[in-house]
Amino acid sequence: MPDKSRADQTSDETPRGVSRRELIKGVIAAGAVSSGAYLFRSSIVRADQAAAGSVERLVTLSVNGQQRRVDVMKQETLATTLRYKLGLTGTKLGCDRSECGACTVLIDDVPHYSCSILTHTARGKQITTIEGLASADGTLHPVQQGVVSEQGFQCAFCMSGFIMATVGFLKVNPNPTRAELAHGISGNLCRCQDYDKILTAMMCGAENLRKVS
Amino acid sequence: MAIVRDIMPAFELFQPATVDDALRLADKYGKDAWVMAGGLDTFDWLKDRIKRPKVVIDLSQVAELRGVREVSGGLEIGAMTTLTEVVRHPVVREKFSILSTGAEAAASPQIRNQGTIGGNVSQDARCWYYRGGWKCYRAGGNICFADTPTAINREHAILNADRCVAVNPSDSAPALIALEAQMVIRNTHGERVVNAEDYFIGPSIDITRMTVLKPGDLLTAIRIPATWAGAQFYFEKVRDRQVWDFPLMNVASAMVVTGGNIERIRIVVNAAAAHPLRLTAVEDAVRGKPRNAATGEMGGKIAIAGAEPLRYNGYKIPLMRNLVKRAISGVEEAQWT
Repeated sequence: MPDKSRADQTSDETPRGVSRRELIKGVIAAGAVSSGAYLFRSSIVRADQAAAGSVERLVTLSVNGQQRRVDVMKQETLATTLRYKLGLTGTKLGCDRSECGACTVLIDDVPHYSCSILTHTARGKQITTIEGLASADGTLHPVQQGVVSEQGFQCAFCMSGFIMATVGFLKVNPNPTRAELAHGISGNLCRCQDYDKILTAMMCGAENLRKVS
Repeated sequence: MAIVRDIMPAFELFQPATVDDALRLADKYGKDAWVMAGGLDTFDWLKDRIKRPKVVIDLSQVAELRGVREVSGGLEIGAMTTLTEVVRHPVVREKFSILSTGAEAAASPQIRNQGTIGGNVSQDARCWYYRGGWKCYRAGGNICFADTPTAINREHAILNADRCVAVNPSDSAPALIALEAQMVIRNTHGERVVNAEDYFIGPSIDITRMTVLKPGDLLTAIRIPATWAGAQFYFEKVRDRQVWDFPLMNVASAMVVTGGNIERIRIVVNAAAAHPLRLTAVEDAVRGKPRNAATGEMGGKIAIAGAEPLRYNGYKIPLMRNLVKRAISGVEEAQWT
């Protein structure tokens, strides 16, 4: 009786449906747990659980419409939680100093630098990341469609930040002039210096959004 | 100082829901506590490991500190109101537009969405020797690294320096002083109110602090009286980039002009000294004079009296002279779009 073919054996052992991206995320998460372990040292001040305003380690965050339970350090920023605890790596970390905009997410529809807000501060608020823009059936958000049609970015490391800043700005001013939009998303940097095309793509996205809403 | 891109050192975090709870915590932990508003100034210090507070008291959950209330023709702005909320408030825009212009000039949109008016006026100096952790006067040491023969000091002070040559970097502070705002400060012993121009202190009063706030004190609100509602305002900020950068210098003036003559005026310059400078000598000299270029020229010359440049900031003297001139006589083309 011949053995099963080599290919069949392999396919039995390798889980299907795990994309390269998912695998990388898994590795990142595992790495964060081990390399971050030294930071989980006990609190400097004796834990005063009765004191008003003391915070819990386990928190529930509302991210992209889902309730996510997560173990959060007191000094942890939202960008760290999103990327290394929740696997939402679409949010990029550029400078980690509120100076580049790559980590921009929406908190209650308002653009914030997720590198510069404590995760604990975002409890009870609606957090939206780039992963939460497309609809459930995979249809891209109108602003993302604008990027696709205009090919607005070169390396696109800054892209999710720019898109989130634009989506947030358009909630306040859905019909901006090019200058108004430029001012509205001026808190994002692009090292490829591709601003003109980015602005064209975002203006296209604004137009797309007006058509559907 | 190398940029450290990992997680901040551990601290104990408190997020009180009321001012009373925040004050009790601030009182309990005293100098070990760091009171955080929006966090934009705070996180630089903590991420760079320059300041290592044991306890952070985050005011973000204190609802009573947020919002703009109309009070007898004026406004009371909660200290935790974000700069964006201040900028967009209809009464601020209508009656006190100098404050919306000043607040809008600060930092970037995302920073204004999170940064608060209380934090903007209470932020620390941006001198990079100090921010980089050098043990200078302001950090409790015995030298100013920015005032040595080889120091890089393009952004530093030209007036009122006393050992330390750092400047106050706030954009909303000069607007608030021009509007005769008052700062409401609370601690566990009670409440006190100080004029905005007395809220900021220079190194001759306390070289390690920018404001009158001491450990245990909390800025809870900023009151803007009706006095200057609807006056003629001028605000201009000069900086290298139009986003993010702190001012190389800014100017704010509030003016009431009757029959072409300046009847009342308040004029304030920031980033020229360790605290915003109200130019009372200029105000006295131009009051009653016609509002024109000659009066502006005169005001500008008086403003720079006694200015002492460091090696790289001599440009600030003509800059200040011209900004004061423009703030008095006005310029059409200076309107920022």
